[in-house]
Amino acid sequence: MSLTDLRHGQCATITAIPDEYLRVQLLRFGITCGSEIRCHCKLPLGPVVLKFGSQEIAMGREIARMVSVQANR
Amino acid sequence: MSHSCCAAAVCEAPGKRKIVLVGNPNVGKSIFFSSWSGMYADVSNFPGTTVEISSGKIGEDVLLDTPGVYGVSSFNDEERVARDVILTADLVVNVVDATHLERDLFLTLQLVDMGIPMVVAMNFCDDAENLGIRIDSRKLEELLGVPVIPTAAVKNRGLKEVFAALPLARPGLSHPEVDQAVTRLLDRIDTRPEALMVLEGDVVVAERHGVAPENERERIYMLRRQRANEVVAATVIRPERAARLRDMLGQLCLHPVSGLVILLGVLWGCYQLIGVWVAGDIVGLTEETIMQGHWEPWIRGLIEPVIAESSILGQILIGEFGVLTMTITYLLGLLLPLVIGFYVALSILEDSGYLPRLATFVDRMMTAIGLNGRAVIPMILGLGCVQLGTITTRILGSKRERTIATSIINFVVPCSAQLGVIFGMLAAVGFTLSMTYAGVIFACLAIVGTVLNKFLPGRSSALLIDLPPMRLPRLTNVLRKTVIRTFFFMKEAYIWFFAGSLGVSLLQVTGGLKAWQDLVSPLTVNWLSLPAEASTAFVMGMVRRDFGAAGLTDLALSPWQVVVSLVVITLFVPCIASLMILFKERGVKEAMAVWVGAWVLAFSVGGILAQIVL
Repeated sequence: MSLTDLRHGQCATITAIPDEYLRVQLLRFGITCGSEIRCHCKLPLGPVVLKFGSQEIAMGREIARMVSVQANR
Repeated sequence: MSHSCCAAAVCEAPGKRKIVLVGNPNVGKSIFFSSWSGMYADVSNFPGTTVEISSGKIGEDVLLDTPGVYGVSSFNDEERVARDVILTADLVVNVVDATHLERDLFLTLQLVDMGIPMVVAMNFCDDAENLGIRIDSRKLEELLGVPVIPTAAVKNRGLKEVFAALPLARPGLSHPEVDQAVTRLLDRIDTRPEALMVLEGDVVVAERHGVAPENERERIYMLRRQRANEVVAATVIRPERAARLRDMLGQLCLHPVSGLVILLGVLWGCYQLIGVWVAGDIVGLTEETIMQGHWEPWIRGLIEPVIAESSILGQILIGEFGVLTMTITYLLGLLLPLVIGFYVALSILEDSGYLPRLATFVDRMMTAIGLNGRAVIPMILGLGCVQLGTITTRILGSKRERTIATSIINFVVPCSAQLGVIFGMLAAVGFTLSMTYAGVIFACLAIVGTVLNKFLPGRSSALLIDLPPMRLPRLTNVLRKTVIRTFFFMKEAYIWFFAGSLGVSLLQVTGGLKAWQDLVSPLTVNWLSLPAEASTAFVMGMVRRDFGAAGLTDLALSPWQVVVSLVVITLFVPCIASLMILFKERGVKEAMAVWVGAWVLAFSVGGILAQIVL
């Protein structure tokens, strides 16, 4: 599943970021494969806002779709 | 850990050193800059607004400010500029946000790996305290190997201490693996920073040394990330439940329903502040009472005995469009209060943390026209002055986005001086008609954007930003930013005003104005159903947009005529000053396309509307 499939408040672990450029951009924020994030909120058809540690990060839907995650129980 | 670079990188004797301020966007670098160098730099909390490098002097040394960046590389304009400045630095002052160390330390560690002598200024310590975050700066200093000084720059605390610590600047403790890899390259590349860049795969730096870039970036970034996490774990204590209210407020701004309510509330607030209070009451005082009531009679009285008003020179100086009368009245009586009001509003939006959330909220709509949420910033700045909006489009990620945003700003977005007059005129015609005007303008924005998005080649970049915590804007900071930005804008804009009014005066004196008016008149009267004098306003609008809008206020127009004329003047060609910037930023072809297109757009839409309602 991808980031856009998460529900509000759901925690997940990043499993894959196929796009190289995106991978590096996210690394800047500290997010890599294996990082645990929480879906803070999703705007309808719009960006996904993640909580990562104390940071809140907004990602456009197009790129959020490209990030694969595994939901945590 | 490595000490190999310490002996070599002894600081040169003070004097002629290049001291560079580096840090993430939003950390307060500019405050350090203006405080130390005594010079003003543009201050903004939103990523990417400083795309130029400010330079000043402290004593014999040169102080350089860089754009806010998350890392040093070749990824985008800001990082490229920052990279090049940092590579020539003798000393780096890394400003970090104490409330966001886990993010900011990434850049710090990269600078440490580069081996440049540095000092860390840990800013926003007052905010951290309020949030209950405790940071062990001694331990941080120990782990990084460089001086770490807590500051609260907005309150003016810590700035002197950081300055005093500059002589203690030293290269930090680099990650051993990275250090090893860098040292390996030193036989081919003479300096550590450049070697690190090559290691991380920087093509440009590699070319400069005639070597192939290496491919270690991801590995190094991972190591750095891990190290940042370890350092934070060892030095930062966060309370369990921090700032719930702010969190909730932030979430409300993003929710589709409450977010819209908040947005409308913010728009209403801005309208009250700028449209009603400043444009109405304040300008009434400054423009009419002070300037027209006192200044103009005084300057006329001064010049008249020497140069008759009816003479050509007299016309140019103190005539109807006189350089000394109308222009100065507009600059000080109309433009200045409006620009101040506008910047106050923008600074509040930035400082409160609302602006990035606004960008997130509108991202969906922006992607429909080939932009992303970040483009809302140049558009908002375009409302201040179209020139400023055009320049700010540089923060956008691709040429395609810059073209689309620039076109929209120049075609559709009205600037603040115009806005004041427009709001005033709309207030007189009531809510429904105002909404019709707004609706037509938005429709044009959507159409221009959609068409360009469809036909321009390439792909636009997506939104990827961090949302700072919501803060209560501090009055001193808002005022400080307003003063600086107003100063810079007036400094840039005033000369175009004088040029513009000179142009209009010459046109009037030579009969050129009447000629243009006669040319445009049939179109204005027949197609737009407006009085012939409106064409004078439109013609003046070519030279300076606000002259155009203001020219309309003097005419007797029915409410619908007001709407039609406002639609035309809003969609009309950019003023001469904006056109110059357009030539410079986008090139001749695009600039001319916009100019001609604006004529067509303004008269077509205005005409169609007129046919329907008049």
